[in-house]
Amino acid sequence: MLPLLVVLSSLAQPDAVVWQHLAQHVLPRVLLNTLLLCSGVLLGVLLLGVSLAWLVTQYRFPGSRLFSWALMLPLAVPAYVMAFVQVGLLDFTGPLQTLLRELFGQGLRLPPVRSLGGAVLVLSLSFYPYVYLLARNAFASQGSRALEVGQSLGLTPWQSLWRVALPLARPWLAAGCLLAVMETLADFGAVYVLGVDTFTTAIYKAWFALFSLPAASQLASILIMLALVLMAVEQWQRGARRYTPAGRPALPRALQGWQKMFATVFCTAVLLLGFVIPLLQLLWWVVQGSWVDLDARYAGFVWHSLYLAGMAALLVVALALVLAYARHRWQDRSTQLAVQAASVGYAIPGAVLAVGLFIPVAWLDNQLIALLGLQATAVLKGSVAVLLLGLACRFLSVGLSPVASSFQRITSSQVLAARSLGERGWGLMRCLYLPLLRGGLTTGLLLVLIDVLKEMPITLMMRPFGWDTLAIRIFEMTSEGEWQRAALPAVMLVLAGLLPVVILIRAGEQR
Amino acid sequence: MNIALSFPRTALAAAVLLLAACGKQEAAPAAPSVAQAAPPAAAQPAAEIVVYSTRNEQLIKPVFDAYTAQTGVKISFVTDKEGPLLERLKNEGANTPADLLLTVDAGTLWQAAHLQLLQPVDSASLQKDVAGHLRDPGKQWYGLSARARSIFYNPTLVKPEELSTYQALADDQWAGKLCLRTSKKVYNQSLVAMLIAANGEAATEAMVRGWVENLATAPFPDDTKLLEAIAAGQCAVGIANTYYFGRLQRDKPDIAVQVFWPNQGEGQDGVHVNIAGAGVTAHAKHRDEAVKLLEWMASDKAQNLFADSNMEYPVNWSVKPAPAVSAWGDFRPSAINISKAGELQAQAVQLMDRAGYQ
Repeated sequence: MLPLLVVLSSLAQPDAVVWQHLAQHVLPRVLLNTLLLCSGVLLGVLLLGVSLAWLVTQYRFPGSRLFSWALMLPLAVPAYVMAFVQVGLLDFTGPLQTLLRELFGQGLRLPPVRSLGGAVLVLSLSFYPYVYLLARNAFASQGSRALEVGQSLGLTPWQSLWRVALPLARPWLAAGCLLAVMETLADFGAVYVLGVDTFTTAIYKAWFALFSLPAASQLASILIMLALVLMAVEQWQRGARRYTPAGRPALPRALQGWQKMFATVFCTAVLLLGFVIPLLQLLWWVVQGSWVDLDARYAGFVWHSLYLAGMAALLVVALALVLAYARHRWQDRSTQLAVQAASVGYAIPGAVLAVGLFIPVAWLDNQLIALLGLQATAVLKGSVAVLLLGLACRFLSVGLSPVASSFQRITSSQVLAARSLGERGWGLMRCLYLPLLRGGLTTGLLLVLIDVLKEMPITLMMRPFGWDTLAIRIFEMTSEGEWQRAALPAVMLVLAGLLPVVILIRAGEQR
Repeated sequence: MNIALSFPRTALAAAVLLLAACGKQEAAPAAPSVAQAAPPAAAQPAAEIVVYSTRNEQLIKPVFDAYTAQTGVKISFVTDKEGPLLERLKNEGANTPADLLLTVDAGTLWQAAHLQLLQPVDSASLQKDVAGHLRDPGKQWYGLSARARSIFYNPTLVKPEELSTYQALADDQWAGKLCLRTSKKVYNQSLVAMLIAANGEAATEAMVRGWVENLATAPFPDDTKLLEAIAAGQCAVGIANTYYFGRLQRDKPDIAVQVFWPNQGEGQDGVHVNIAGAGVTAHAKHRDEAVKLLEWMASDKAQNLFADSNMEYPVNWSVKPAPAVSAWGDFRPSAINISKAGELQAQAVQLMDRAGYQ
């Protein structure tokens, strides 16, 4: 919460000149862009995430088991890398348009990829796994009874998705959408490459170009409030409904004929666009030249990345468990909102949050040094522990969403039964909660792990000297526009992310 | 109860991660970290300079390694973006470990000096080595390499005689033929700031409006993509930093792009040149060592090392640029002091916003 307060405290010192300029020439345009982008991405991630999750949980078709876990892979490709790869492939100078011009004449023009539409496409492909993973959890754990009742009342499969499964999956879908929208709001790298000015662009403009961090923080405060409003609306809409499961999990049914074909083709297409093609392009750049950068230091980069990601994931999921338990146990409105508010930092640009984190840490250090008369220049800052704390702050909401929504699947009779058997405290947690929450915990670990691997601004600002990660290598290469050379750390990042992902998925699937 | 039995596997996987992590941390050798050098028992090494840098690792590390090899002085550094680095310096205050701030544009250095994060350095050798307009009049920072932002054209679409100045790119002749990089990049902000310094705000705003009307496509995210678009004929002319062109030329020697040096005529202000440069921080713990490093980087011994790694120009006129860079020919750079780029940056950004340059 502290970094958020630092950001919010900027509201006390308005920067009138910068504000007036932004309000007149920048904000109207970026607000419209942001609104359109967020709506587009929301629609995109819902369509992709829900349809894919429904297919892999309810049906069997060629490759369905593979797709079930492979469809989350696009998450391992950072959005800014995805944007750059897609621009490289699809822009005027890219191979596709060049080939088409050679075939159909020089006058040929396609709709530009560097546009709002292109940004919606790229960000939807990058962020749909949030919805997909959570929706998959929901569909897999909601039990078959409701669907059976629907069928007996004559609902077609399409109607049962629409009228039964989706309403029942609502907390999961809302959590996934919220993550995707918050990440869209906070994104700077991808929209920069795609040439779409959003609210984040205005924040960076105020800070870097107009030298006004107060104005930038005030803009970020608006994002925080917007995210809070979104959360509150969702909570209020959902009201006191319960989402406990009934019946055994449904067994997937085999698809036939053209439906089978369609399901396989659809999943393959998404996987190709969102993962395989970007990865191949990156590998091609590595082969073309950037492999020469590979040296012994990369072992350290990989290690630092995995270490940070693993530790932060454990920390976040542990925190999320505590918070979600508190919310489950005390179901009043204020606890609900307090828990949500703790996770709202995800909606503001990473660099702004990094500064919000750094200011109190540096202040504390200065006080400690003065108080104890130390010779050192640092006590806390530049330590891995503080870096981890910062990362946990940023990604709490990513871990919290899946864990909190899986609490919805625990019925009060289960808790009462366990209590009546004499289980209390830790025993209750071990025997009842942890097994029942396993799906949510695994998803939370996975999401945070991958997000920390990709994270840049906080690691940049809080890392100890010489403590570079793969994401920082990408930053070093791209800061002077050497995107091809960034392919090497980008590929290693994707591969490094795969290993823990596979371990966790296998652990999650053995039931 | 299958579920309950298999859960420990997840926990096990997590625990393995955790254990592996703890083991490694203990085994890790003492990295050159200031935080770790803090305990009073540890003997202070002779000298270790700490640099905060926005210039990326692969460009500065060879330079620092060479200095360490020559003098035995160790250098540790962190890289980050301009904004976070300045905030870091500001909030660390007197307890900053940083001795030197190294950036890739003059605006950031101007802003650092403005925030009183730097201190003046009076050095005869820096005054001699660094060209007068590429260092701070207040002596708080010095340029270390020069980055020329020039005009590029596709020789099959444009004859060099048709080109003259940055301003002329606003003429109707170039309607639908001009490519620009985004105004969000500081290089364009500095360019426009320096043009304001030379020609005044009104004339510059008219020019930027003309540019925007002539655009062939939406502004590009980086110079490389822009130069490739010129080569592919999406546009005929554009503005970019020369070292991006150098890199492209190195990879594709026959690329259909040429450099043109604008504003060379009588009474005109010359080619826009920005700097990578550095200044000693206000609370430097190793001030003398930092000044020596700064002097060394500007001297003829290190200028080629510093500038050539990124195909930039030396700020020390007595040093020749790399052969591939010299091959683009000589030009007259703008003689206005580069500190104007920082002073007028906010004004330039607001001007570009008004003119609709995204």
